Amino acid sequence: MAGKKKLPLSGNTAIAYAVKAADVDVISAYPITPQTTIVEKLTEFVANGELDAEVIHVESEHSALSAAVGASAAGARVFTASSSQGIALMYEIMFIASSMRLPIVMAMATRALSAPINIWNDHSDFMAASDTGWVMMMAHTNQEAHDDIILAYKIAEHPDVLLPVITAIDGYFMSHTIEPVEPIEREEALKFIPKKVTWSVLDPDNPVTMGPLGTPEWYYEFKRQQHEAMKKAREVFDEATKEFEKVFGRRYEPVEYFMMDDAEYALVAMGSVAGNVKAYIVKEARKRGIKLGLIRVKLFRPFPAEEIMEVISNLKAVGVIDRALAFGSSYGGPLYGDILSAAYTRGVDTPIVNFVAGLGGRPVTFRDIKAMVDATLALDGKTRKDVPKEPYFIGVRE
Amino acid sequence: MSTKPKIPTIWDIPREELFAPGHRMCQGCGAAILMRHITKALGKDAIIVEATGCVEVTTTVYPQTAWKHPWLHIAFENAAAGASGVEAAIKAMKRKGVIPKDKKVKVVAIGGDGGTFDIGLQALSGMLERRHNVLYIVYDNEAYMNTGIQRSGATPYKAWTTTTPVGKVWRGEWRPKKDIMGIVLAHRVPYAATVNPAYITDLYMKVRKAVEIEGPTFIHAFSPCTPGWRIDPALTVTVSRLAVQTGVWINYEVENGEFRVTTPVPKRKPVKEYLRLQGRFRHLTEEEIAEIQRMVDEEVERINKLVGKTVIGPVVE
Ligand SMILES: Cc1ncc(C[n+]2csc(CCOP(=O)(O)OP(=O)(O)O)c2C)c(N)n1
Ligand code: SF4
Ligand SMILES: [Mg+2]
Repeated sequence: MAGKKKLPLSGNTAIAYAVKAADVDVISAYPITPQTTIVEKLTEFVANGELDAEVIHVESEHSALSAAVGASAAGARVFTASSSQGIALMYEIMFIASSMRLPIVMAMATRALSAPINIWNDHSDFMAASDTGWVMMMAHTNQEAHDDIILAYKIAEHPDVLLPVITAIDGYFMSHTIEPVEPIEREEALKFIPKKVTWSVLDPDNPVTMGPLGTPEWYYEFKRQQHEAMKKAREVFDEATKEFEKVFGRRYEPVEYFMMDDAEYALVAMGSVAGNVKAYIVKEARKRGIKLGLIRVKLFRPFPAEEIMEVISNLKAVGVIDRALAFGSSYGGPLYGDILSAAYTRGVDTPIVNFVAGLGGRPVTFRDIKAMVDATLALDGKTRKDVPKEPYFIGVRE
Repeated sequence: MSTKPKIPTIWDIPREELFAPGHRMCQGCGAAILMRHITKALGKDAIIVEATGCVEVTTTVYPQTAWKHPWLHIAFENAAAGASGVEAAIKAMKRKGVIPKDKKVKVVAIGGDGGTFDIGLQALSGMLERRHNVLYIVYDNEAYMNTGIQRSGATPYKAWTTTTPVGKVWRGEWRPKKDIMGIVLAHRVPYAATVNPAYITDLYMKVRKAVEIEGPTFIHAFSPCTPGWRIDPALTVTVSRLAVQTGVWINYEVENGEFRVTTPVPKRKPVKEYLRLQGRFRHLTEEEIAEIQRMVDEEVERINKLVGKTVIGPVVE
């Protein structure tokens, strides 16, 4: 299906187009920068009759997700979106949505968390959501942001999964940046994600009790099943992306590898900063003969530990870029924490070092990337015992 | 224009139970009486969204449930938001032909006083303001009972609770009860009413009416709590009736702005008769009781003015 007409779309608009193509029934969201224009665009579609959906103009993000839970429990295809403080306010209901196994899709335009209040991009909000039981993906181009919405419904509504899904993009760097995007039309989208209620719903003709009290005798089983559903989500992600490629001609992997074939070193990153790293690899590192590659994590939950470790185990040294901080943790950045656990359990000895960069929208420059590459290269021939116990704080005034 | 349907008698209330026995509510729980009759009045074609609280935890101990309705609990402060979502979903799916257009589904949210007056007030306001077609019912036991009798915005003046204890300095709750009906009515809802478990036919009629009216409707239900109020489980209905007979509680409805007292009380009993049956008021002095009596008198006067005649009479000892 290649060669279709492309439109110049911002990340947020690209998401809105996909939500329209998915023919959602209920949109429940609250304004917050940099997410807002997703919902503005969607309400424009509804106002023009291009999308038949109920829009709930909720009075908070807490209610946005609560109403989404209610609507999904009633059998609707539901969409919401948020960022930063909105995600923090939703936090309570995020655990409930996943435990109730409701296939809600939420787009997140990532943004720093207060205080100090800051509307610019980092991954604090995304990482805060990481243990809430949602499947989580982060895109790297606006096309991918668009496609992720369609993939998200495919995964969320799969009867073996039935989990809510977050599709994230970087605030401003992607949400407000225009790229050419080939939009998926409603008809082809609905062939890929047919409207079919695969979960149990509230219906007077077949009454069920949803959200009961789980005593110590039962609670644990609910959680165990969520863990299994997450594992299933990985299988379904693989199936869905394969089918997606067949239909739409674009292939997505849980992890994207850039110039990794002959790489001896790699940086691991998520989101838009991967673009800067790619540019650095081509324009700087490779020109200087440094065999550097990039490992971009797209699927964050469930975490693709196997494939990342398979690649990392053959490298001389690796640097992980975190755009958030896990204060007081034994590691530093949350992505690094996942990578380290994966390395330990897979017996990977490669020295892996952590960089915290770009908090609160601080640009990650070539000079910053060079500092990270230098620190990674310095671990060549060293063991993991030589890895600094503290992350490198890149581009900060000390 | 208020519609005045035939006043139902106890024989008009369906025999069929939609709220199963065997739940874990305390003996004499006012909310149990309320739920039993609310579900009867709703009939089968309703979806119930419940806030966290006593009713929720006692009726849905997995894998059992007391509810024969489709029923959803999400959290404490968001029954109104959850119900908004359910209602919007049904609307969208009917319009899109996913569910038959003529399928009758009423959406009802139920919350305790804490989940409604306090932590859930914002979600409630949003639901009312957006004009969702939802009936919201608050069962008001005047404290956070599920967590062990802590005061809420609905706790009455001078009542003992575990967070407004009676000590050398404190004499129970020192602030008057929040006017939830005033707050709800400020949203210009088409229908709002108060009900009481001692007046079942009145309750039955109001729930039926509220659920049939298009738009957001609200019912404030008096709900004695035996351990929380320190009352004899056998006296739930007695205490409920005394609340009305003393004017502490007034059964009324407001339909399209028109105010109507549905249980007139020509001769009021002194408030003391209501207070003395409840351990939570045991510490009150004669002066404090007189103060509460004055507060009730003032409220009765306000209501009578609103109606334009004396529907709640003077105290007759
Ligand atoms: C966000 C949140 N805060 C606190 C609680 C703890 N909690 C559960 S029920 C409850 C009190 C409920 O009071 P009310 O709404 O009056 O209902 P009741 O138990 O009295 O019937 C509280 C404080 C909670 N579940 N969620
Ligand atoms: S504690 Fe009170 S409100 Fe809760 S179940 Fe018992 S009597 Fe009912
Ligand atoms: Mg209460």
